[in-house]
Amino acid sequence: MLPNGINDDNNPVGAVMVVGGGISGMQASLDLASSGIKVYLVESSPALGGKMVQLDKTFPTNDCATCIVSPKLVDVARNPNIKLMTYSEVLSVSGSAGDFHVKIKQKTRYVDMDKCTGCGECARVCVWRGRVSSEFDAGMGKRGAAYIPFAQSVPLVATIDPNSCLLFTRGKGRCAAPCSKNCGPKAIDFEMQDSEIEIDVGAVIAAPGYELYDATLSEELGYGRYPNVLTSIQFERLLSASGPTRGKVLRPSDQEEPHKIAFLQCVGSRDQKHNYCSSVCCMYSTKEAMLAKEHAPGTDISVFMMDIRAFGKGFDAYYERAKNEHGIKYIRCRPSSLKEIPSSKSLLIRYESEDGRILEEEYDMVVLAVGMEPAKRVGELAERLGIKLSAEGFCKTDEFAPLDTSRPGIFACGPFVEPMDIPDSVMTGSGAAAQALALVSRSRDTLVSEKEYPPEIDTSGEEPRIGVFVCHCGTNIAGVVDVKSVAEYASQLPGVVRAETTIYACAQDNIQTLKLKMKEFGLNRLVIAACSPRTHEPLFSDTIREVGINPFMFEMANIRDQCSWVHSKEPDKATDKSKDLVRMAVARSRLLEPLYKTKLGVNSKAVVIGGGVAGMTAALSLADQGFGVFLVEREPQLGGNLHKLRYSVSGEDYRPFVDSLVERVMSNPLIDVITQATVTALTGFLGNYKMTIVEPGGQRVIEHGAVVVATGGREYRGEEYLYGQDSHVLTQLELEQKIADSPGEIAKVKNVVMIQCVGPAAKSGGYCSRVCCTTSLKNAIRIKEMNPDANVYVIAKDIRTYGFKEQVYTEARSKGVIFLRYEEGHEPKVERVDGRLRITANDHVLHEPVTLDADLLVLTTGIVPSEGNDILAPALKVPLTKEGFFLEAHIKLRPVDFASEGIFVCGLAHYPKFIGESIAQALAAAARAATVLSRPQLEVGGSVAVVEQRKCAGCLTCVRVCPYKIPKINANGVAEIEVAECHGCGTCVAECPAKAIQLMHYRDGQVTAKAEALFAEVI
Amino acid sequence: MMCTGRVDLEFVLRAFSNGMDGVFIVGCRLNECNYVTQGNYHALNMALLSRRLLEHIGLNPVRLSIDFMSAGEGIRFAEVNNDFVKKVKELGPLGEGEGIDKEELKTKLAGIRKLVPYIKLEKNDKLGVPLRNREEYDSYFTLEEIDSLVRDAVSYYIIPDKCQACMICARRCPAQSIISGKNQIHVIEQEKCIRCGTCLEVCPARFNAVTKLSGEPVPPPIPEERRTLVRKA
Repeated sequence: MLPNGINDDNNPVGAVMVVGGGISGMQASLDLASSGIKVYLVESSPALGGKMVQLDKTFPTNDCATCIVSPKLVDVARNPNIKLMTYSEVLSVSGSAGDFHVKIKQKTRYVDMDKCTGCGECARVCVWRGRVSSEFDAGMGKRGAAYIPFAQSVPLVATIDPNSCLLFTRGKGRCAAPCSKNCGPKAIDFEMQDSEIEIDVGAVIAAPGYELYDATLSEELGYGRYPNVLTSIQFERLLSASGPTRGKVLRPSDQEEPHKIAFLQCVGSRDQKHNYCSSVCCMYSTKEAMLAKEHAPGTDISVFMMDIRAFGKGFDAYYERAKNEHGIKYIRCRPSSLKEIPSSKSLLIRYESEDGRILEEEYDMVVLAVGMEPAKRVGELAERLGIKLSAEGFCKTDEFAPLDTSRPGIFACGPFVEPMDIPDSVMTGSGAAAQALALVSRSRDTLVSEKEYPPEIDTSGEEPRIGVFVCHCGTNIAGVVDVKSVAEYASQLPGVVRAETTIYACAQDNIQTLKLKMKEFGLNRLVIAACSPRTHEPLFSDTIREVGINPFMFEMANIRDQCSWVHSKEPDKATDKSKDLVRMAVARSRLLEPLYKTKLGVNSKAVVIGGGVAGMTAALSLADQGFGVFLVEREPQLGGNLHKLRYSVSGEDYRPFVDSLVERVMSNPLIDVITQATVTALTGFLGNYKMTIVEPGGQRVIEHGAVVVATGGREYRGEEYLYGQDSHVLTQLELEQKIADSPGEIAKVKNVVMIQCVGPAAKSGGYCSRVCCTTSLKNAIRIKEMNPDANVYVIAKDIRTYGFKEQVYTEARSKGVIFLRYEEGHEPKVERVDGRLRITANDHVLHEPVTLDADLLVLTTGIVPSEGNDILAPALKVPLTKEGFFLEAHIKLRPVDFASEGIFVCGLAHYPKFIGESIAQALAAAARAATVLSRPQLEVGGSVAVVEQRKCAGCLTCVRVCPYKIPKINANGVAEIEVAECHGCGTCVAECPAKAIQLMHYRDGQVTAKAEALFAEVI
Repeated sequence: MMCTGRVDLEFVLRAFSNGMDGVFIVGCRLNECNYVTQGNYHALNMALLSRRLLEHIGLNPVRLSIDFMSAGEGIRFAEVNNDFVKKVKELGPLGEGEGIDKEELKTKLAGIRKLVPYIKLEKNDKLGVPLRNREEYDSYFTLEEIDSLVRDAVSYYIIPDKCQACMICARRCPAQSIISGKNQIHVIEQEKCIRCGTCLEVCPARFNAVTKLSGEPVPPPIPEERRTLVRKA
C-alpha cells in the first residue's frame, strides 16, 4: 500500500504537475526535479515569479526581492527536468493518484518561443508602447501591446496582448505591425492558435497563489477616485529601482515627494466580508514605511492599525526598529473617514486617538494595506482539479494533513492554503513536493533525462586559441555600440584566433554556428561580448562543453548592461568601453584552466534528531520516499510536546493522532528508532556524514547522507505573577490539561484572567511565540462553553490571531470573552488579597485602571528553545539565533536549510509554530533532504579553494575566517579544505598570509589580469 | 570575483605600486549577503587597514574607497564613482599630490608590500570582525597602531654559530625562503620571508638557532664561503 491510503500495483507516473509558478510552485518544482521527478510547471501568466518579483524588498531583512528571486527563476528555467508551460491553464484532470491524465491549454503569445530571443525590439516599436497598464507595475507603469513583463522574466520572451493589439481590437490591416517587421528572428506570427496538450502525471501540486483585494470595493477609502490613495503593491513599485519612477516616491497627482504618508491596515482583511487576517500586511507596511523613510528620512509616517501582527521570526525586532529607529508612528485605530482636499489633492483622515479624542490630520499620500484573497479563477481551477475549497474560498485542508487537498494525489501549497508570507510559501512548496514524492518516488528517475556530452578534448599544453563573438542583441547593443569595430579590435588581441559579430549569440541557430566555428578554428577558449553572465553564462559554458571544451574555458563581457544601456547617449564612449571590457575578458581568458568536478557517492540514509511531531513526520515522509531513517530521540518515548497537548483549536483530540503517528513510526521497517540518545558529534559532509550518538548502551557512529534537526521547544515556566507560589496560577498548557482532565473543576470557576506575553521572550527586544494568542482564546472559548456565566478576561498587548485563526478571535468575542489591552512597561499587576488573586490592569476603553478578582490566573508564557540546543548546534556546526532557536540559511528563501549543505531544520527547533505548520515544515525538510539522498552521486569541486600544502604555515587564519567552517589543520600541521564542502567565496584566499590558498577559476593572476588589461595603456 | 571577501590586501597595494591614483572597491550591501559569507565585512576591514597603511607612507587615504550597494542601484553607483574620481583628480597623481618623491614612494610601497603576510597574520583576528556600527570605522585601525605595527615588524634570523644545518627549518618553511644544504649553515632570505615564525617554532630546542628580531635591522647574511659547518669534535 502506498502512503495516502492508495492501493496500486502499477508503478506511478514519475512526473508531477505543479500549477502556479510563484515562489511556492517554483520551490516545489525545483525540489521534485532535483529528486529525479519530471515536472510540468503550468503558469497562467506569461512569466514565472508570481507576486514576489513585484516586490522591492522583503521583510524582515530588507533583502532586495529581485536579487534573491532571480537566481530561482534562472534555476527553474535551466533545469532540464522542469518543463515550463507558461501562459497555460489546466482544463481537466482525470484518473487517480499515481496516474492522472491532464489536459492543458497553452494560450498563444503570437510569438514563437523557440525563435524569440527576448531582445525586446517588438516592445520598443509597438504603437501602443507606454499606453497599456502594466500588470507588473500594478498599473503605475505602462507597457505596450507587445511586451516582456519585466527585465528578468522567465521565460524571456515577448507576448502580444490581443486585448490591446490593434490587429485584434480593430482588425487586420489596422496596424502596420512594426513589431513583426522589426523582429530579427522573425518570431512573431499573428496566425498562431491556442493549443491543447495532454500529459500524464503521478501527482499534482496546486499553487495558484492569491490576489490582492480590489480596493475600489472599499469606496469610503477613495481608491480609484483620489489619485494619491495607492495600494501597498503600487507603493512597492514606487519604491523599486526598477519601478515606474525608478525608485522615487512621488505623488501621482503632481509628481511631488510626499512629506506625510498614512498606511491604513486591514483593507480587505478582518472585516465583514473577510473573516480572516491576511498575515503579511502588518509587516509589509512596516517594511514599506521603513523604506520610504530611507528614501526621504524627513517623511512623517503613521500606520493606522488594529493589532500589530508581528508573529514570525524576527518580526517583533523589525517592528521595534521601525518604531524606535525610524520613528514610524503606529496609531491603534480604524479611521472613521478619509476625504480628499480638492485644492491640494491631499487626504484628510479623521480618527479617534488612543486617549479618546477625535482628530483630523492631513496626509500627502495614503497607502492601503490590501489583503489577500483567493485568486479569482481559483473556483474554476478547483473544479477542474476536483478539489474542495474552504468557506473562505481557499483550499480545504486538514490540520494534521495541512498540504493534502480533498482529492488523493493532489496537494496544495502557498497562500492557496491560507494567507502566508514568503518563507511559509517556500516551506509549504517543499512540503507539498514531499507529499508528491512519497506518492511517485517508486518511479524516480524514470522520466528524467541526463544530458550526454562528447569526451572532453585535452587542451593542456596548447597555446590559447580564443574565439570572440560580439553580440548585436538585435539593436539592443548594436544600436549604440559599433559591434563591428569591437570585433575587429578583438581580432588584434593576443591569443584571439577568430573574432566576429553575431545577431543573437543565444539564439538556437547561432548556438549551432558557434559550435561549428569552435571546431573549424580549433578554439580552446570562448569569449562572448553580450549581456549578463547571470542569465547567460550557464548556456555558453554548456555550449562549449558540447564540443568537448572544458566548461570553465569561457569568459563573458557584459557590453549590453555596462555599455549600450548605461551609455546609450554616447555611442563612441560605449564602443570604447566595450573594447576595454573585451580586452579584459580576453586577458583573463588566456589564463583560464580546465577544472573538473569529482563525483562522490551518497549514503541514502538520513538522521532525524528529535521524535516529536516534526521529527516523526519528517522520518515518515523520508521512509515513504524509500530512504532509511535513524530517528534519534532524547526521551525514552516518542511524541514530544504532543503528549502534553489535549485538543486543537477546532476541538479535535490530539491523542488518536499522536498514537497513530507513533505507531506508524515504530512499525515502519525503514525507520530505526533510537531513544534515550544524544548527538555528540558530526563529521563528514553532504551525502557522507558520520554522527556520534551516545545511548544507554554506549556510543555509536551512524553513517548517513543528510540530517534533519527537529529538537522542538518547550513552554516557558518562570516565577512571574506568583507562578509556583499560588496554586491558582497556571500556564496555558496546565490549563489545557485541567480542562481536558478535570472538567468538573473548571466548570465551577467564575472568574478567569489570562495575561498574555508573560516571560522574558515577549519583552521588548524579544520575540512573539506565534501560537499563544490563539491557544489562549481556544482555552477561553472552552471555559465559556463549559460555563457561559464565567467571566474570562484576556489582558494582551496585541491579539495576533493571524490567518484563519482570526475566526477564533471573533468567536471568543461573540462568546463574551473580555479583552483588555496593556502597553509595554504598563504590565498588569497581580497581588494576593485575602487569599484571592487580584489583578490590576488598565481599561483601554474607559482609560482607567480596573481591578479583577480571579479564581484562576492563567499565564500565557510562550515557547522557548529546547534545552541542549547550545550543545547540539556546535556539534553540528550550525548557528543559533540569539534567542537559541536554530538559524536557517536564508530567512526568506531557504527556511528549512542550513548554510551547511545536507542539514535541515523543522518544527519548534526553528521557531514557535502550530502543529499544522510543524508538519508542513517537517515535510519540507524531508523534501529538501530527499534532493540529497535521491542522487546516486554528487558532483563537487570546480571553483573552490585549494591549499598548496607546501606553502601553508598552519597559522589558522583560514580556519578562523571561513564563514562555513570548512578548513581544518591536518596531522601534518597544514590546512586542508574539503572540496565537497567549499563554497568558493574566496575569503580565506584573500586572508591567507602565506598565499598558500588559491581559488580555482579566480586565482590571483586571473583576477589581476583583468585590472591590468584595463590599464594596459597606463601602466 | 564571487565576493568582495576575495579582495586581497596585496591587490590593493599592487594597484598603487602600478601607479594607480585611486582604488575603488564595491561590494554588496552590508548584511544583505545572499549566503552566509558576509565577505564584504572582511573587505571593509581590509580597506580600513589599507587606508592607514597609505597614511603611514604619507599617501592620502582618500585614494582608497569602499562602498556597498545593490545591483539595483545603478544611479547611485554612477554618482559614487564620479564623486570618487573627482576627489582623486583633485588630489593629483599618486605621490605628486602628497609631495613624495617618485623613487621614495616606490621604495615605501615595496616595503609595505613585503610586510603583507606579516600584517595579515598580526591583524588576522581584527580583520574578521564585522563592524556593525559606522562610527567605529574610523577608529578601528589607528595610525599609531599601524605605525608601530610597521616599526616593530618582526624578522627572523638564524644565528650562524648555533645552526647545526639540520635542514628542519628549511623543509618546513612555507615560503621556501631558507637557503640550506647538508653541512651548510642555513640563511633566511629576508626578501622571500613571510615572517610566520615556523622556523623559530621547529628549530630543535637544543640548537635554539633561530631568533626573533622586533623592529631591529637584521644582521647581514653570513658570506657564502663561511657557510660550511665546522662540527666540534
